[in-house]
Amino acid sequence: MRTIIILLRKEFRQIFRNKSILAMVIVMPVIQLIVLPLAADYEVKNINLAVVDNDRSAYSERLVNSIVASGYFRMAAYESSYKEAFKSIETDKADLILEIPAHFESNLIREGKQKTGISINAINGVKANLGGAYLSAIIRDFNPSETVIESAVLNRYNPLLNYRVFMVPGILAILVTMIGGFLSALNIVKEKETGTIEQINVSPIKKHHFILGKLIPFWILGNIVFTIGLIVSWAVYGIVPEGSILLLYGFIAIYLLAVLGLGLLVSTFCDTQQQAMFIMFFFMMIFILMGGLFTPVDSMPEWARMVVRFNPVSYLISVMRMVILKGSEAGQLVNHLLATAGFAVVLNALAVVNYKKIS
Amino acid sequence: MKDTIIKTSMLTKRFGDFVAADSITLEVGKGEIFGFLGANGAGKTTAMRMLCGLSIPTSGEATIAGYDIYTERELIKKKIGYMSQKFSLYEDLTVSENIDFFGGIYGLSRKDLAEKKEALVQNLGLQAHLKKLVGSIPLGWKQKLSFSVAVIHDPRIVFLDEPTGGVDPLTRRQFWDLIYTASSNGITIFVTTHYMDEAEYCNRVSIMVDGKVVALDSPSALKTYFKASSMDDVFYQLARNARRSE
Repeated sequence: MRTIIILLRKEFRQIFRNKSILAMVIVMPVIQLIVLPLAADYEVKNINLAVVDNDRSAYSERLVNSIVASGYFRMAAYESSYKEAFKSIETDKADLILEIPAHFESNLIREGKQKTGISINAINGVKANLGGAYLSAIIRDFNPSETVIESAVLNRYNPLLNYRVFMVPGILAILVTMIGGFLSALNIVKEKETGTIEQINVSPIKKHHFILGKLIPFWILGNIVFTIGLIVSWAVYGIVPEGSILLLYGFIAIYLLAVLGLGLLVSTFCDTQQQAMFIMFFFMMIFILMGGLFTPVDSMPEWARMVVRFNPVSYLISVMRMVILKGSEAGQLVNHLLATAGFAVVLNALAVVNYKKIS
Repeated sequence: MKDTIIKTSMLTKRFGDFVAADSITLEVGKGEIFGFLGANGAGKTTAMRMLCGLSIPTSGEATIAGYDIYTERELIKKKIGYMSQKFSLYEDLTVSENIDFFGGIYGLSRKDLAEKKEALVQNLGLQAHLKKLVGSIPLGWKQKLSFSVAVIHDPRIVFLDEPTGGVDPLTRRQFWDLIYTASSNGITIFVTTHYMDEAEYCNRVSIMVDGKVVALDSPSALKTYFKASSMDDVFYQLARNARRSE
C-alpha cells in the first residue's frame, strides 16, 4: 500500500508540474465542446443550385420559388441550357443542376405527372446526397393536383431534433477517451525514453504496483475531464442528464479503466513516444469513426457491426445518449456495462503481463 | 579470497548470431572495488544488465549475494543498487523528491529515510539544491546524487555503468571518494569505466574484448604481466586486436 502511495505522489507531482497536461485536461474539453458541436452538424445548408428552365411558365417559376424559399438552397445560376449550367458545376459555382423540361406546365396539368432532371456534383458526398434528397422532396411536395399524404412525425427524447443535444454527449465521450488513452500510452513510454524505467526495473517494485501507480492518476484525470464536460454541456447547451448522474459516473469509472488499460498496453509494446502516438491514433481513428457518433451503427454492414462490438467508444457513446437524453436506468445498460468491464479486465491484465522488468 | 558475493560461470548472452557476452567466469569478493573494463561494444553493459536481473542470460550460471539470477531475480533486486549509463533520476522532480521516491520504493521507513536524506545532503553539500528540480542542477551533481540514491537502501552490491562519463576531473575525484566511502562500509562496487586512471583505483579489474574476459587481476599484477607502465598500456595491448567496436 505504501509503495502505491509513493508511486502516486510521484505521478501527481509530475503531472502538476507539466503545464501542457493540465492545459489538455482543463482547456481542451471546454474549447472542443464549445466549438465542435457548432460545426459538426448534419444539416446541410447553402447548397448552390443552378436552374435550367426550358419551360419558362408560371408553374416552373413557382417550383423554383418554393425551392429557394426552403432555405437550403442558394440560386447560383439561372442558365438557358444544360451545357451552360454544367459550366457552373465545373467552376464549382454550383453543386446541383435542376433541369425543368419544356412543356413542364402543360404536361403536369394534362397528365398529372412530369419528370425533372437533377444533376449532382458528387465530389462532396454528404452535400450531394442530402442536397439531392432535399430537392427531390421539395419537388415531390410541389405537385398541387395530387393528394398529399402527410405523416405526423414526433421526435421522442429530442423533440426539436436539436443536433447539439445529440452531438454533445458523443463528443464528450470521445474527449474522455482521447485524453485518457493518450496520456496513459505516452506516460510509460516517456519513462522508457528518459531511462528512468531502468531504475524502476532494477528495484524490487512489483509489476502490478507499478501499473496501478500509472492507472490511478489518469483515472482521476479522466473523471475531472468528464466533470468539466458535463458542466460545459449544462452551462452552454442547457443539457441536464435525464437519467442518474451517479449511473453515468459509475459507467465512466469502468470505462476509463478500459481505455487506460489500452493505453498502458500500447505503451508496453512501444519504445518511443512517436510509436505510441501512431498506434494510439490508429485505434482512435477506428474507434471514433466506427463509434456511432457520425454514422449510425445500424446502417453499417454486418462485418463492420462485428468490429463495432469490440469498440469501447461505441458503448460509451450509446450509454451517454441513453442516460443523458433518454434517462435510461441501470437495468437497460447491463450489456454495455458487462462489455466494458470485460475490456477493462482483459486490457489491464495484458498490460501487466506484457510489462516486463527484463529485456 | 574473502566471502564471494558475485560468482559467475560461463555466463553468456546471445542476440541471434551475435554473442554479446561470451562465457564470462569471475568472482567478486565482499567489499571489493571491481573494475569491469572493455572497449565500446565489448559487452560490458550486457554483462552488467544480466547481473542486475534486467536481462536473462542465454546460458551459464551466476549468483548475486547468494541468489540465483534465473530464479531469484526479485530477491537480488532488494540487495543491489544500479546506476545506469544514462542518467536516470526524474528530472522533473526535485532533489529531495527523488530521494524520497527511490528510498520509498525500496521500503525505507519514514524515519530511516529522513536520516539517510540528512546524511546524504550533508555528505554531498546539497543543502542549497534540495528544492531544485534535478533537471536544473549540473551534471557532476547529478552523477553524485545518482550514486547516493543508488546506495540509499544499503545494498550489498552497487553496479555502476560508466558513472563518470562526461564529468570534470575534480568531480570524478569526488565521485571516487564516494565510492571509497561506500566500499569501506562493506558495499561491493562493480564499476565499468573508460578512464584508465580510475582502473588504477580498483582492487581488481577484468578486461573484456569482443564479449570475452581476457584478463583478470589486480592493476599492479596486470602491469607486471604485460610489462606495461600504466593500465592505459595494458588496455591498449589487449584491446587493439578487438574486432568489435562502435
